[in-house]
Amino acid sequence: MTKSKLLPRYEFEGLYQYAKLWNMPRWYVALENLFVFSGLFILICMLIGVFLAVLLDQKIRAEGPLRTIYLYPMALSFVVTGTAWKWILNPGLGIEKVIRDLGFQSFEFNWLVDPDMAIYAIVIAGVWQSSGFVMAMFLAGLRSIDQEIIKAAYMDGVSLPRIYWGIIIPSMRPVFFSTFVVLGHLAIKSFDLIIVLTRGGPGYATDMPATFMYAMAFQRGRIGLSAASATIMLMTVMAVIVPYLYSELRTKDDG
Amino acid sequence: MAEARFTVVGDTSRRLSVGRWLLFAILGLFALYYLMPLYVMVSTSLKSLDDIRTGGLLTLPTDITFAPWIKAWDSACVGIQCDGLKGYFWNSVRLVIPAVLISTLIGALNGYVLTKWKFPGANLVFALLLFGCFIPFQVVLMPMARMLGLLGLAGTIPGLILVHVVYGIGFTTLFFRNYYITIPDELVKAATIDGAGFFAIFWRIILPLSAPIIVVTVIWQFTQIWNDFLFGVSFSAGGGQPITVALNNIVNSSTGVKEYNLDMASAIIAGLPTLFIYVVAGRYFIRGLTAGSVKG
Repeated sequence: MTKSKLLPRYEFEGLYQYAKLWNMPRWYVALENLFVFSGLFILICMLIGVFLAVLLDQKIRAEGPLRTIYLYPMALSFVVTGTAWKWILNPGLGIEKVIRDLGFQSFEFNWLVDPDMAIYAIVIAGVWQSSGFVMAMFLAGLRSIDQEIIKAAYMDGVSLPRIYWGIIIPSMRPVFFSTFVVLGHLAIKSFDLIIVLTRGGPGYATDMPATFMYAMAFQRGRIGLSAASATIMLMTVMAVIVPYLYSELRTKDDG
Repeated sequence: MAEARFTVVGDTSRRLSVGRWLLFAILGLFALYYLMPLYVMVSTSLKSLDDIRTGGLLTLPTDITFAPWIKAWDSACVGIQCDGLKGYFWNSVRLVIPAVLISTLIGALNGYVLTKWKFPGANLVFALLLFGCFIPFQVVLMPMARMLGLLGLAGTIPGLILVHVVYGIGFTTLFFRNYYITIPDELVKAATIDGAGFFAIFWRIILPLSAPIIVVTVIWQFTQIWNDFLFGVSFSAGGGQPITVALNNIVNSSTGVKEYNLDMASAIIAGLPTLFIYVVAGRYFIRGLTAGSVKG
């Protein structure tokens, strides 16, 4: 909230920087991207993660190795993931070329360089990295459910999909909740992935608050604006985290 | 989820019905999806540039060459310096080891105090630490930059270590607290009656019991700090950068011919240490992942 441009100046200046921030089209692009990205990212990660966890829960013989394979991206840095996906999604040499070589000459897959689609390309890479984590969380949750209830329902002739849909999944609300919090927090923080994959480009089509803030602070030398955007990020995260922490800590005191 | 219909909970006969095959097919497809980028990375890093241009993304290299690997390690250009990744790799090593050790030790002490020497407001302190786990790090960039400047540590490896220690404490404390809360308080009380002091109890009783959680914490911190990019790119300069920053500089350099095999080899070198830890100690890694968000 100060007049800072290149160097911090500590005179108070009211909400001037905030007003300026909310007048920048680039900030709106960043916000919109954040919503598109985190919405899709969380949704797809959840779907894939829950689906895989349920399948893996069917007493699969190769469960150990499969689990290892699904989760290994989580051990990698977003920078490494980004490098790999940048290459795979590269229009000239990546997937597009593979399909074209199969004979579909008109096939186009240039999301990474298309300003309208680039954000979805980032979702693909993000989901690849994080969906295994959801799987691990839900598998742990599934394993802690009382098997007796499931057996009882099974004896009563309830079909397995209905057991999952009606009994098991609803009973895992806390797991959903904490997974949601972790994924949401990953999405808001997502910075490395975007920097490596698109650097916020083409233009600023894939800017997010995190990259916006960074660009303002370290490339444009507009510290005031960047601080304003960082504060807004902090408040967004707080809106999610504080109720979460509150519920976690409160139930702990009850027990 | 229709394919699960044919399986029976607790079925021991393991009939290979149609549904069972479908189940395996789906799981296998997903396995391929997760493995594909790794395969592409490895195979591309072993190809020559001509091979990349003529062959497809998924074809095996016609002639296996290790030249990109050697170049990535020894002579790839990061910015204007062409000494390869080796210097940055060692930067990361020199950064990770002290940062992991210090933050783990502080986390253990914090957890010990928060559970066995409860003081008024301990829960509030814990809540604040938890909140620290979730703060978007972008928010602290500028205050931190100023702090480092005041301390005269800006752009140095010790400065970066300090940053990682400070922001690691939240998670390490969480891990240790949730673990120590399961250790009976009577143990500490008995030792106090026998005349043992604060640190004596910590060293002689608590720490020897902590082996599993220490492994979890060390692995978690190692992965986090090794993979960090934001702090590295903000708080380090020139030859003192960690490997993730150097990797990004290689990949996003716009000069000269794009050497994809070099990019891939560099990416694998940067990812290898954490991948190795994951393969060797995956069990603990998963425990760390889930511990971060499961109630203690």
